[in-house]
Amino acid sequence: MGKSLLDKVWERHSVRELESGQTQLFIGLHLVHEVTSPQAFAMIREAGLGVPFPDRTFATVDHIIPTDTQVRPLADGQAETMMSAIESNCREFGIRLFTPESGHQGIVHVIGPELGLTQPGMTIACGDSHTSTHGAFGAVAFGIGTSQVRDVLASQCLAIQRPKVRRVEVTGRLRPGVYAKDVILDVIRRLGVKGGVGFAYEYAGEVFDAMSMEERMTVCNMSIEGGARLGYVNPDRTTVEYLRGRSFSPTGDAFARAEAWWTSMASDPDASFDDRVSIDGGGIAPTVTWGINPGQAIGVDEKVPAAAAFAADERATVEDAYEYMGLAAGQAIAGTKIDVAFIGSCTNGRLSDLREAARVARLGRVKPGVKALVVPGSQAVARAAEAEGLHETFRAAGFEWRLPGCSMCLAMNPDKLSGRQVCASSSNRNFKGRQGSPSGRTLLMSPAMVAAAAIEGAVVDVRDFLSKAPA
Amino acid sequence: MTDQAKKSALLPVTRVSGRPIPLPGNDIDTDRIIPARFMTAITFDGLGELAFRDARFGADGKPIEHPMNDPRFQAKGPRVAIVNKNFGCGSSREHAPQAMWRWGVQALVGESFADIFFGNCVAMGIPCVTASEADVTALQRAVEADPSQDLVVDLDAMTATRGGTSVPVSMPEGARTQLLRGTWDATRILVDALPKVRETADRLPYVGGFAR
Repeated sequence: MGKSLLDKVWERHSVRELESGQTQLFIGLHLVHEVTSPQAFAMIREAGLGVPFPDRTFATVDHIIPTDTQVRPLADGQAETMMSAIESNCREFGIRLFTPESGHQGIVHVIGPELGLTQPGMTIACGDSHTSTHGAFGAVAFGIGTSQVRDVLASQCLAIQRPKVRRVEVTGRLRPGVYAKDVILDVIRRLGVKGGVGFAYEYAGEVFDAMSMEERMTVCNMSIEGGARLGYVNPDRTTVEYLRGRSFSPTGDAFARAEAWWTSMASDPDASFDDRVSIDGGGIAPTVTWGINPGQAIGVDEKVPAAAAFAADERATVEDAYEYMGLAAGQAIAGTKIDVAFIGSCTNGRLSDLREAARVARLGRVKPGVKALVVPGSQAVARAAEAEGLHETFRAAGFEWRLPGCSMCLAMNPDKLSGRQVCASSSNRNFKGRQGSPSGRTLLMSPAMVAAAAIEGAVVDVRDFLSKAPA
Repeated sequence: MTDQAKKSALLPVTRVSGRPIPLPGNDIDTDRIIPARFMTAITFDGLGELAFRDARFGADGKPIEHPMNDPRFQAKGPRVAIVNKNFGCGSSREHAPQAMWRWGVQALVGESFADIFFGNCVAMGIPCVTASEADVTALQRAVEADPSQDLVVDLDAMTATRGGTSVPVSMPEGARTQLLRGTWDATRILVDALPKVRETADRLPYVGGFAR
């Protein structure tokens, strides 16, 4: 019987079996940001521990950093305190920190891959649930809490139980106007927000084979929204070519050795899985969430479903969602008025996302009364987008072009919804209050769909929108 | 030093007894438990009173109907929360269990827990045990009817007991062992194996930059 990628990576990184039956797992890459790390550094200091592998941890600032101006000191005193804390913590323990001055700052899950830090066959941990993003490279990458950040700093290891593996196959070809975001929203809609608890998702099949690395990152990013702490795509030519020439990628003969090792970590053809599901990619439509969790999603041409269509134990959440969102069963989601449009985040803040959104932005202007933000995922994404003139495209269409950060995905910075505003968002969570207003409402969709919604002032099928456009 | 830090490592968690509080609902996410805007701080101090802030208070600051605002569930001392499915989904923020801990929650009984939340609780020495849907909902109803009796979570017997009634509970064996043996604070154990950690690292070709 062959082995899955998870089997192989787990074996290579297992330091020992603990008395509890868990694995002491070596973490090859530890990523740190300003929100979940200060308490961990304090615990290290309090316990008199050190950081034995400082060169395997990299840090940046993304959650609290403003996107209008990043001039120090930051206007928000608490944000400035957090910024200063990560600077002094990294200095004290010898950890490399990518600040805005470095030119490499950005959302932690955007910069890891673009710098070539994220590589196949690695174990990667970060105090952030969207660490699953890095699984796009065939890494075993997952989010941890602050006490576990402390453990990784102190030992470069975690005490952890091996997850089961579910192979999620998406076959066929996606229709035009259907993006990676729609694929993952569709997967979560089918398997549920708790369907992945205890599992790693292995994404396989023609649809993922055909995807770019950035598209794979969008899919793996939202694994956690389906309950799976990690998700991965097996490394292939696309992965190897993406990594060639990146700052932290090996070069010359070392790259050839790396390539051989990376591809050897892919699941064997006869690997066994704890579960398998298959979805027809050709049947996926542009998808929008209508409720208060990412599984409450429908095709843009569908109507808000009736509570009776859900399992008995989901109906209370469905009723709660109708009330919170101000939507009723049977109502079309297309045509839902929006107040804010947000393009960015670790899910959809990369160059290809901005290109797709810009393609739509060229077709019109942001509807008066709608606030539309484009927030590149990193300084490198911003530079590349500006080199192509995308910032001018967005500005000409009435979008604001901002500085890199997490921005309105979780609103730990000045970018927030107010009151009951409705936001068309390319981010990952439509939880109650997620975007900074306790009564704010979020509709998740692809960046192209967000751009179309900004112009229409309402949810619209990006395919109709594109077809109405002059040739 | 925080309460949490004062808890010594190798402190076994065998039995937690506390006033029960039902927190009903499936898929209660960590943004709900602690909204992100309260996380702009470099310590966990003061999070207790902010737990479930937006579910407990309206925009005008006035209390909304919520078990944590219910006068019947205000008894001081340790508490045991009774929750439903996929509790703690979403963000990895340890601020969520830290906020609950600081509000007094020392154990949770639920139908199921999100993976990262569960792991964070173990790392803090907070047991999250699961019971059947029927047992959890019956327990929530019983506590609603009479909040005055303590709920006891016993990790040795794997039961949750209130009054004379016990229900069976479960927990993954690894986490249970960590709690029972007091090794839930894993740092020292992991650090003890540093020589072996270095050997493992040396065997990984990427650690050496694929130089050989």
